[in-house]
Amino acid sequence: MKKSVFLGTLAVAGLAAGFASAQTLAEVQERGALNCGVTTGLTGFAAPDANGEWAGFDVAICRAVAAAVLGDPMAVEFVPTTGQTRFTALASGEIDVLARNTTWTFSRDVDLSFEFVGVNYYDGQGFMVPRDLGVSSAMELDGATVCIQTGTTTELNLADFFASNNMSYEPVPIETNAEAQQQYLAGACDVYTTDASGLAATRATFEDPSAHVVLPEIISKEPLGPLVRHGDNEWGDIVRWTLNGLISAEELGITSANVMELAAGTENPEINRMLGTEGELGAMLGLESDWLVNVISSVGNYGEIFEGNIGENTPIGLARGLNAQWTDGGLLYSPPFR
Amino acid sequence: MSDTHAESALATAFVRKDMLPEREPPVAEKGAVKWLRENLFSSVLNSILTVLSVFVIYWVLSHVLGWIFYGIWDADSLTQCREIRDERYGEGMEVACWAVLTDRWDQLTFGFYPSELYWRPVLALILFLGAIAPVLYAELPRKLLAFTAASPFILYWLLWGGSIWGPIAVAAGFIIAWLVFKTAVPIIGQLGAIIATVVVPILYWMFLAGPLAGVIDGILPIGIEYVPSDDFGGFMLAFVIGIAGIILSLPLGVVLALGRQSDLFIINKFSVIFIEVIRGVPLIVWLFTASLLLNYFLPPGTNFDLMLRVIIMVTLFSSAYIAEVVRGGLAALPRGQYEGADSLGLDYWQSMRLIILPQALKISIPGIVSTFIGLFKDTTLVVFIGLLDPIGFSNAIRASTDWNGVYWELFIFIGLCFFISCYSMSRYSQYLERKLRTDHR
Repeated sequence: MKKSVFLGTLAVAGLAAGFASAQTLAEVQERGALNCGVTTGLTGFAAPDANGEWAGFDVAICRAVAAAVLGDPMAVEFVPTTGQTRFTALASGEIDVLARNTTWTFSRDVDLSFEFVGVNYYDGQGFMVPRDLGVSSAMELDGATVCIQTGTTTELNLADFFASNNMSYEPVPIETNAEAQQQYLAGACDVYTTDASGLAATRATFEDPSAHVVLPEIISKEPLGPLVRHGDNEWGDIVRWTLNGLISAEELGITSANVMELAAGTENPEINRMLGTEGELGAMLGLESDWLVNVISSVGNYGEIFEGNIGENTPIGLARGLNAQWTDGGLLYSPPFR
Repeated sequence: MSDTHAESALATAFVRKDMLPEREPPVAEKGAVKWLRENLFSSVLNSILTVLSVFVIYWVLSHVLGWIFYGIWDADSLTQCREIRDERYGEGMEVACWAVLTDRWDQLTFGFYPSELYWRPVLALILFLGAIAPVLYAELPRKLLAFTAASPFILYWLLWGGSIWGPIAVAAGFIIAWLVFKTAVPIIGQLGAIIATVVVPILYWMFLAGPLAGVIDGILPIGIEYVPSDDFGGFMLAFVIGIAGIILSLPLGVVLALGRQSDLFIINKFSVIFIEVIRGVPLIVWLFTASLLLNYFLPPGTNFDLMLRVIIMVTLFSSAYIAEVVRGGLAALPRGQYEGADSLGLDYWQSMRLIILPQALKISIPGIVSTFIGLFKDTTLVVFIGLLDPIGFSNAIRASTDWNGVYWELFIFIGLCFFISCYSMSRYSQYLERKLRTDHR
């Protein structure tokens, strides 16, 4: 049995290897589904619901790319990846795009040969403390015990922050966010530190969220974004401009509700170019002219995705903050569609 | 005179003529009181320790039992659970929120398997139990073993679906192997026949089986809906990996153990190296090898099913352990058993099959079963390579906004399910030991 399955699979694999040299876009279209790497579960960013449908802020990027390339936001094969397997999965071609709250850093971009196509969430490391502790600023945390996930950039950021402010702390190493919640609630540590979005999500699950405060200091830059492999720039362009399309759509007021109406033609030439009534932008990417209409009608614009998954009306309740449009004082700034 | 004296002495002596009625033993020397005195209150120190232990047990149970049995079973989210709890028991009482299990039951058991096809894994489990029964219980008719032999292909087809001709084409390889062996023995002798039996089916599987299945399927398409491995998850994944690993690793382990005992230089050294290398490296490393390293060696774009890679690695890993356990059994047999087999004129395979292995395997049962229990529990390690087994799903479930914050309920449930499976295996091995005890002690 073992041998048979093994060899049978090798035989099948040998047949499949014939398509290997084709480009990513052609492969995806041939396959009829986008292989998208996501996390195995992070509140608000990616998680399967009770029916097994993946949903979340990162998942929406996968669905947007699938809508752009295949016209169907549901044509996505989600590949759950862990912190250790995500980069290999992308490098080996197991997935076409990785949308897994991955911080854009120099070494990942350059040394690991990936191409970050943009930033879909500007995060940063923060602190949460019980209100009873009476602390209102991270500068008052000298001598505190801190719950910290091991092996992450947050661990290094924490050491840097305390050292540069000449303070001491006692780390309580923990493995996962769920474990951290338990340790923190059990009083094993005074402070819990991780990305601010994670802190907000964690705090929202507490019995009494108002008994805990997230301190105002953000001690690191964590620009999270989707990424693709080096070596296929056409594919990178598609993912990059899908993300830019989501951001521009919000800036220009294109929503899932009015995109069909606007696609009939408007006064604004940039909206016309984006939605394919003017110019040939879709064809330049190798896509249909209505590619962004498909994207926005199925997942909405950036603002709608944000509000639907992690915004203030969800249990996570994140404010837009840095992730507001540049016109509203945030950092979201899409290059023009021209 | 002396006689009379003696007689009178006898007559005056008190001799009871009737039996005393049975009397109850003293209260302190019977029943529960005796047991308590002997086992719990035999000395002052013991009494103190007993009282303390009882208090600790009470304290733990009074907290845990309430939490478990007052638990809430019908809610859509943790928040709703807490609302129901406050309404029902008032503020401040801690109770379990079992509703997460009812809400996510399908996912914990079947993963992403299409819900209209749940009957397939359920049927597969029933068929598996039917197929394994004649192996486990010798009382059942031996003809059922034919079904057991066919069951791997039937189970594979039920779980993954697709064309029925794929599994049939693979199964045909084994029939070819048998035919080759039968026809080749008289022509090229035993050794040549064994080599041919291995080589011919491998060539068949590599070059003929795939196209053959394709051609037949083109003519006569019979099949059920194909379900990719990505959709497998939860306990179904743990069972598929665990059971496949257990079934495949036993024969492989026996072969390796024999190989290590062999006088043939290459076979011997190959077995030794294989066992030591596989055993000397942690399973998690092999799993990472399966999921990460193999991707680089295979041609890009090849999608060699991750679950299959994991099953192969788990099988190889546990077969190395089985081989060592079985080798222990082989070494424990007295030399006379080997010599007795030789003196009967049996050849190597006959003596192994009829005399050596039945005894060696019997001695090895506890070791083999504990290896299997370990293997089954080790399936949870696949969470580190991104497969969603029950532990993986517990993370994924917690990541939804509905259930973020649920912790113990999921782990207790998963632990209970694993305990039931492993304890059954352990009980079966004890049954088998009792049954096979021909006793040398």
